[in-house]
Amino acid sequence: MRTFTIGGIHPPECKLTAGKSIVEMPLPKQAVVLLGQHIGAPTQAVVEKGAVVKTGQLLAKAGGFVSANIHSPVSGKVNKIAEVVDASGYPRPAIFIDVEGDEWEEGIIRSDKLERECKLEPEEIVRKINEAGIVGMGGACFPAHVKLTPPPGKKAEILVVNGVECEPYLTADHRLMLEKGPEIIVGIRILMKALNVNKAVIGIECNKPDAIELLQHLAQPYPEIEVMPLKMHYPQGGEKQLIEATTGRQVPSGCLPIEVGAVVQNVGTIFAVYEAVQKNKPLFERIVTVTGKSLTNAGNFRVRMGTPIKELIDFAGGLPENAGKVISGGPMMGKALASLDAPVAKGTSGVLVMDEAESKRGQASDCIRCAKCVSACPMGLEPYLLGALSEHKDWEGAEKVHMMDCIECGCCTFTCPANRPLLDYLRIGKAKVGALIRSRKQ
Amino acid sequence: MANNFYVSMSPHFHSGDSVSKNMYRVIIALIPAFAVSLVFFGWNALLVTAISIASCVLFEWLIAKFLMKRPCTICDGSAILTGLLLAFNLPSNLDWWIVVIGALVAIGVAKMSFGGLGNNIFNPALVGRVFLLVSFPQQMTTWPKTIFQMKVQEAANAISGASGAVADATTGATPLALIKAGQFDQLPSYLDMFVGNTGGSMGEVGAMAILIGLVYLLVRKTITWHIPVSIMATVFIFAGILHLGNPEAFVDPLTHLLTGGLMLGACFMATDYVTSPMSKKGQIIYGVGIGVLTVLIRTFGAYPEGVSFAILIMNAVTPLINVYCKPKRFGRLKK
Repeated sequence: MRTFTIGGIHPPECKLTAGKSIVEMPLPKQAVVLLGQHIGAPTQAVVEKGAVVKTGQLLAKAGGFVSANIHSPVSGKVNKIAEVVDASGYPRPAIFIDVEGDEWEEGIIRSDKLERECKLEPEEIVRKINEAGIVGMGGACFPAHVKLTPPPGKKAEILVVNGVECEPYLTADHRLMLEKGPEIIVGIRILMKALNVNKAVIGIECNKPDAIELLQHLAQPYPEIEVMPLKMHYPQGGEKQLIEATTGRQVPSGCLPIEVGAVVQNVGTIFAVYEAVQKNKPLFERIVTVTGKSLTNAGNFRVRMGTPIKELIDFAGGLPENAGKVISGGPMMGKALASLDAPVAKGTSGVLVMDEAESKRGQASDCIRCAKCVSACPMGLEPYLLGALSEHKDWEGAEKVHMMDCIECGCCTFTCPANRPLLDYLRIGKAKVGALIRSRKQ
Repeated sequence: MANNFYVSMSPHFHSGDSVSKNMYRVIIALIPAFAVSLVFFGWNALLVTAISIASCVLFEWLIAKFLMKRPCTICDGSAILTGLLLAFNLPSNLDWWIVVIGALVAIGVAKMSFGGLGNNIFNPALVGRVFLLVSFPQQMTTWPKTIFQMKVQEAANAISGASGAVADATTGATPLALIKAGQFDQLPSYLDMFVGNTGGSMGEVGAMAILIGLVYLLVRKTITWHIPVSIMATVFIFAGILHLGNPEAFVDPLTHLLTGGLMLGACFMATDYVTSPMSKKGQIIYGVGIGVLTVLIRTFGAYPEGVSFAILIMNAVTPLINVYCKPKRFGRLKK
């Protein structure tokens, strides 16, 4: 079975909710729709306080090419446009909507009937994806239409579909593949048409044999779509690692996947593409895994964007007594929340409630130079050295040993026997080295 | 609802590995070799080991508490390991106060003066051992015979009728000293060398027991194969070439592998995390260096044994290796 070649780790799986079907979450009383839910330029609000909006109506317009529209996840009245502390821990602008009923924008097809045929031209598909505000839903939130528009001189050759879900605990993609398999296959064919490629590969880790079997069965009529079981190996869901695992090609340092002719899209994104193109439905809801060892009703929920995370936890049985940390995302790359008022956004793949005992970090001691971080780093870096250079603020030195190649997967910190917070240092280093490189260009 | 949560950057998971777990795994891996030393050298081996460990732990505690004034680190197991490895590098009949001096040099000079575990340049146990070797050459190179060798000798004396005629009945030459003297015909059999029925430092004689420990470390993924295999392969190939060139002057490569501190050095001393290179490529260069230096010192140097010196020299080269040998980087070249 295939996987990527350098480094990687095997964290415990903890897929507690793998057997839980997707459940529709009730609408919140008030939706808090963040104006920035993606990487790139911020959006401009096109509604004002007091405006009455319908579900699916445009709330904020993309602020540039690398940006994504935001649509109302609910119907109701705009209460205010104010700041809310989001998953990053910083106050960010958001539109607060008092929910009244659930009236959808006209033109959105609400039936579950599978629409196989797509007669649209590639440009038309990309335009619809752009308008629907679709971003990468694996967590990176990179606007999807940008990836579908290769820069001049570059040509996509293969669509790599990310069904890996290597983060422990998360099962949202797994459930989506099981319950929306036919839609995902249609979505893949739409994207292949948009990219004008004749090959697609779906990478799925072998801890999801049911999803592999189902998609293999569904993809049978389409020889151009290959379902590839992959060995379990974190961080295989990372774009560069997945491309190497599925195609054997390594994206050169500092380059985008299109450099090796690959375009990667998460299965969640593909399902959103299907809904946008075939059902005219903008991206305003997603599947969120709400999980944790002490949650009584953990599960996979279909949630409208803007639902406060507190309500998700209440729906999953309420915050346990011994809760010590609440994470937006998975335990390896997710963000610890400072406030449960933070709303669900396009990139919220999971909410993980950790017990107090497992929330604390161990006491760090001196590096014993065991080289386990070097063996674990999937980018072939030397985290111990990058950490030390960052600690001593030697940004030029850190640049020379490829600080910017770090993908922040956390393998180094996970594996360190001395409990050193290596990735903390590397994040600071990346920010500083990045600023250094930008200042040099000016 | 009070929102008092821990907020930290990802990852929020840890492997559960720790410094002390790694140290105790190495200590467990040394148990077979310790058992061999007890079988062949008796209670003396236990005594020397106990003194060595106790004084290493004591010195670490004293220095951390009164000189460095920082939290006690003796629980991480590294001082116990240093004490154990130091004892393994000593003859079992060494006076107790020499052992204590060795422990003081190992912990005080080689480890704590650099800042404690993780910051030392040289392997502490080897520094202690080499310090004793150059300071007390007489005591450090007087090797007791194993219990079995003495029994064989008693039996031989009884048959020939000689009694007490042999003055040095309790001590004998190590295989490496025999090689140095050119007395290849008096070397013990491979089997004796493999199980440990030869003279030498108490922990280094039993090649088989050390290999069992190595397998345990490899299975537990405490170390990787790169350093031990590259050392053994280099010694075997280099000594093999010499032997093929002139079998009269140079002993066969298998004897090189099974004698002296080579096995112990390759499996437990050279693989010390702190003082060995970080990248796999660097570890192989380091291993080859140790192998070449060992054979050179053993064959052409003044000392019969060269593993300790070879490892210490390569310890000194390690920072340089770390600068030039980088791990294989993802996407580093386009074509």
